[in-house]
Amino acid sequence: MTEQENHLYAETTVTADFDTKSWDMVGSLALSQQLTTGKALVELADGGNDKIVVCTADLGGPTQVKNFGQKYPDRYFNFGIAERNMIGAAAGMATVGYIPVISNYSFFLALMGVENIRNDICYPNLPVKMVGTHSGIAMGFYGTSHHCNEDIGALRALANLTVMAPCDGNSIRAALTSLIDHPSPIYFRVGRGREAVVYDEPPVWQIGGSHTLRTGGDMTILAIGNLVHAALEAHDILAREGVALRVIDMYSIRPLDRETILAAAREHNTLITAEEHNVTGGFGSAVADVLAEAGAATKLIKIGLPDEYSILGPPTHLYRHYGLDGAGIAATVRQLLDEPI
Amino acid sequence: MHRPIVPQETTTLLDKAKMVRREVLRLTEICGSGHYGSAFSIAELLVVLYYRLLHTRPHEPQWADRDRFTMGKGHAAIGLYPILADLGFFPQSDLDSYTRLGSPLGDHPDMRKVKGVDFSSGSIGHNLSVSVGMAAALRVRQSAARVVCMMGDGEQAEGQIWEAAASASHWKLNNLVGIVDINAAGSDGFVRDVMNNEPLAEKWAAFGWDVITLADGHDLDQTFDALDCALNEPREKPCVVLATTVAGKGVSFMEGTWHWHLGYLGPADLARAYAEVEEGSA
Repeated sequence: MTEQENHLYAETTVTADFDTKSWDMVGSLALSQQLTTGKALVELADGGNDKIVVCTADLGGPTQVKNFGQKYPDRYFNFGIAERNMIGAAAGMATVGYIPVISNYSFFLALMGVENIRNDICYPNLPVKMVGTHSGIAMGFYGTSHHCNEDIGALRALANLTVMAPCDGNSIRAALTSLIDHPSPIYFRVGRGREAVVYDEPPVWQIGGSHTLRTGGDMTILAIGNLVHAALEAHDILAREGVALRVIDMYSIRPLDRETILAAAREHNTLITAEEHNVTGGFGSAVADVLAEAGAATKLIKIGLPDEYSILGPPTHLYRHYGLDGAGIAATVRQLLDEPI
Repeated sequence: MHRPIVPQETTTLLDKAKMVRREVLRLTEICGSGHYGSAFSIAELLVVLYYRLLHTRPHEPQWADRDRFTMGKGHAAIGLYPILADLGFFPQSDLDSYTRLGSPLGDHPDMRKVKGVDFSSGSIGHNLSVSVGMAAALRVRQSAARVVCMMGDGEQAEGQIWEAAASASHWKLNNLVGIVDINAAGSDGFVRDVMNNEPLAEKWAAFGWDVITLADGHDLDQTFDALDCALNEPREKPCVVLATTVAGKGVSFMEGTWHWHLGYLGPADLARAYAEVEEGSA
């Protein structure tokens, strides 16, 4: 290893060995099958839903809704790089009786557009569906401007808005299919489309719902998005050590499944939340609200991005660096179990 | 083309414009602060639109094929409410609750609370985008309805206006009409001093819109001709009417100044304003 490489890896658990093994751009592209928005919308339209209109801002390809435009060109609107105009126009389309589905990178949609989302979509309570893709640090080395670790915090204060996090392709399919006719706005926070598969088929999908994917009595982790699969990996790692980790996919961020959270709080002295988002104002903070309001005397450990601007690097390296992979979560759980109660 | 305004109708429209100004004075008294100047400058534009040109059904406000009207300059909604009440969208008595706790009627319009309001507004620069979406969706639905968006001249400083202008032109939305109320007044001063946005005609034309220049947005015949042409002449692209108006029109000491963009009249000035509005011939 050169001195320069040594310096590069000095402050992180990412090693040169990990580098060569974990990041394969071409292989990663081949895995890009989980962004199923376009496929799901085409299926819905083919099935007779003639109200869906799709809006994007020069990102129909990367967010994978271009196929909808090829099949239904009259109901596909590419606004060019003009996100705020797109959000307002989608609201206008909704008033005429259509179901606009916005598909765009989450950082441009939710962060640039938050005031338009608030005034044009949420305040009039219009049934616009927003799919914010490439959330969290999925854009890796594209840089911090393309990381989106603040969208939950920005959007969960907007009245009328439901916020959900489908964690893989089947979840996106389930989410859109189940809620396309929901009369109010929804923000679906999704990844880049290269996520590992969690669900072999579209799961049951309900506002305020959750899925307990692994039962276990030693510790419970409430996870969203990419962290669901990471938590499943942690479950397997810890199982080999005799530790039983309960893993819950809390796909409904707003509203939360309060009963499930409080049931877990009754069983454990400590709960863990895991999200690809700033730990300030995100999913973990929303869980903290539930615990505090119920008077639960449970310690809460929030796994997520620290309250700073995330560094850049290949996505796998970033997940390792920030402890957002199976090994990182397992390490956190071990540490908590070792702590005196 | 619609037939031109006949003299008898002109008298009626003048009365309606007076009614708008009178109600703006009365309603502002309720809360003690209001956008007199911005509402007075569009009185004739609103009256011509609502009493002569727009296809609406006051007793069926959500009629699917109605013409839509959006208020980019939402702060002038106080001028729109009296017309909607007069047309029967909601009871006249609702006006009396203007700005009071829980009232449907605030300084900026709310589509969920006020029948006849096609979109909420208040954040300047949003409603042309909304109108683009309405016009595009109406086209998908093959509706004959048109969309009219009233903007301010100060609003032309918002970048989103030009995003919307480009998209309307790109999609050749010939069912969309923009109106720019060029009353020259903004919150902090004259628009040309705060942030000059001329030459508007050249800008809109360069963005691919048909441009109609309305030299006097208070002359009923001129106003009718310009808006009628914008709405009813066949065209291939969206159309904007650049309407030169006078801020505070109808009350001499408010006219042509930006100081009455937002303000409050004391009792003596209020009596004078009422008198001038009643005498006025617009």
